[in-house]
Amino acid sequence: MSARLEKLLLRALVEKPATIAGPSSGDKAAKELAKTLQDSARRVLGRALSIREVDAGSCNGCELEIHALNNPVYDLERFGLKFVASPRHADVLLVTGPVTANMKTALERTYNATPAPKWVVALGDCACTGGLFKGSYACIGAVEDVVPVDLRIPGCPPRPVEILSGLIALIEMASR
Amino acid sequence: MAKRIDEMKLWLRQEIDKAAWGECAEALGRGEGELFALFAEVDRVHMALRGIGSDEPRIVTVKVEEGRYPSVGAHHAPAIRLERAIRDLFGHEPQGLPDTRPWLDHGKWTITMPLAEKRRLARVVHDTGYAFLPAEGEGLHEIPVGPVHAGIIEPGHFRFTANGETVVRLEERLGYVHKGTERLMAGAPLDHAAKLIGRVSGDSTVAYAYAFARAAEAALDVSVPARATYLRALMAELERIANHLGDFGAICNDASFVAVQAHCGILREEVLQAADIAFGHRLMRDCIVPGGVAVNLKKEGEARLRALLATISRDFPELVAIYDDTPSLQDRMVTTGIVTAELARRFAPGGYVGRASGRAFDARRDLAYAPYDELQFAVPLLQEGDVNARVWIRIREIEQSLALIAQVLDQLPSGAIKAPISSVGEEREGTAMVEGFRGDIFVWLKLAAGGTVLRCHPRDPSWFQWPLLEAAVEGNIVADFPLCNKSFNCSYSGHDL
Ligand code: SF4
Repeated sequence: MSARLEKLLLRALVEKPATIAGPSSGDKAAKELAKTLQDSARRVLGRALSIREVDAGSCNGCELEIHALNNPVYDLERFGLKFVASPRHADVLLVTGPVTANMKTALERTYNATPAPKWVVALGDCACTGGLFKGSYACIGAVEDVVPVDLRIPGCPPRPVEILSGLIALIEMASR
Repeated sequence: MAKRIDEMKLWLRQEIDKAAWGECAEALGRGEGELFALFAEVDRVHMALRGIGSDEPRIVTVKVEEGRYPSVGAHHAPAIRLERAIRDLFGHEPQGLPDTRPWLDHGKWTITMPLAEKRRLARVVHDTGYAFLPAEGEGLHEIPVGPVHAGIIEPGHFRFTANGETVVRLEERLGYVHKGTERLMAGAPLDHAAKLIGRVSGDSTVAYAYAFARAAEAALDVSVPARATYLRALMAELERIANHLGDFGAICNDASFVAVQAHCGILREEVLQAADIAFGHRLMRDCIVPGGVAVNLKKEGEARLRALLATISRDFPELVAIYDDTPSLQDRMVTTGIVTAELARRFAPGGYVGRASGRAFDARRDLAYAPYDELQFAVPLLQEGDVNARVWIRIREIEQSLALIAQVLDQLPSGAIKAPISSVGEEREGTAMVEGFRGDIFVWLKLAAGGTVLRCHPRDPSWFQWPLLEAAVEGNIVADFPLCNKSFNCSYSGHDL
């Protein structure tokens, strides 16, 4: 290992961690979940959820903040949440964008490929309502117009902390 | 210091006949000029270009007669996808276009030719197959990827033809995130259109809003207060640094070097948090508006930005030294995914893709819009054209952007941050080009007498970069595709629009 790299790695041991304290699940998100989640769906999943992200026509702004969740500051994995590459390994679909007509089939297929029990989170104003793209010839609109949605996290894009508290609410409900 | 070009003389638009249009296309094909944009209205097609060796970009216009105009792509390959898009959106037939497959239209919209004047036919939504180019030969196999990818990235389809491990050809199919933004902008009031354009490509929301505002100001003869021009540059440089940091980390991660990505992630987060404090939004969305900027920089924001400069200046060189010092990283980057200088000349790709392959163009310097005419900066240039060269251009650009932000903070003029914007009672046009992190963003805007948008065309830098990615991966192993792809980081949303 190069001396430089060693120094960089050692720094992580002596300096205070970059990671921030986790946000609470937030009343609003929890209430919404309580509304949408069926009792039967509240299975113990060992407090771990695998998330498959689906860009269904986003401007990529939402993706930037989802990426941020993986950085050491937010460190998503400490909450038992992790992103997976295949919908077949996922418990949660995290969907962004105003569902373009050209992505509708791909979203439906991804949903169908995800094993039950599954939850769908609509992330960002576009996914929640269609946002500014509502009514376009090329967009379907809200994600819930295509697949059932369990949780909405509005914002354009929502801040990483807001995404985190939504997802934590989800994991609390799911593991109850 | 950059030479200031008279903005009023820039982008002069000329109506020409079919023969002259054809000559322009042929000249582009001979390598005598660079194509900046190619877009349509209901009755005309416009092409923005500049002659090699001349500073002044221009726009030429040809009438569409009986639904047709002479194809530019017939002579100049970089125009082909643009003309396929024009055909999908307007129905104008480019005569002689070598590839007549649809591009943005996947057969799923509720109407065809959505930007055409009358033809708004409802149509049966059906799945149209797409004819990928055939690849035949012994031992060849195809690998289809997407539109939903394994990582958290935008959707698009890649069709690889490989011979064993080696990529023989890559064909891209895009258009999955086409949102109909140009149609939504038509008829919209200026402020609403500004919001829409800020959502064309989220990673470049500042650059898009910046280009749109300048096009509107050019159209309406509005002069922007000096403080606003400086604040715009400040936001644009923050956006550049944030994206370059993110991509630098992601490229190292794709070469399985996670430590650099973790540290880049922290630095990127610092940039976004500072932007949030300074301008109220982590990505600075909707902060640049026609006439100036929507938020002023206060003491607290300025202090935070100065602290940010200190942090990055302290930590970034260490990451760069590790990158430079690690043989396993260098082994993956050097000579991987080469874009030749010849291809860069032909396609005139903006940003690091061009500048890593010998194309010395940067709109901040070469079109010298305010305040860059008053600021000192260098435009890094390399010739190798590989992943490593694109990484180094980004490293050098981060350094330049840090220096630019320091200058902006030191020289920040006081005064108003927004000039009033009002319609002038007649139809007007305006054009602007802004250097985003990915390359130059072009915006052409036509306003109605009452001030609403008649037509707006934003051209993402990715249009001229995506085709070069196909060329760059040829002859590389399949496993190096993620590296090549990340070193380009083309926009899907900006391209699909
Ligand atoms: S909600 Fe905003 S950031 Fe997210 S995809 Fe839509 S426009 Fe982009």
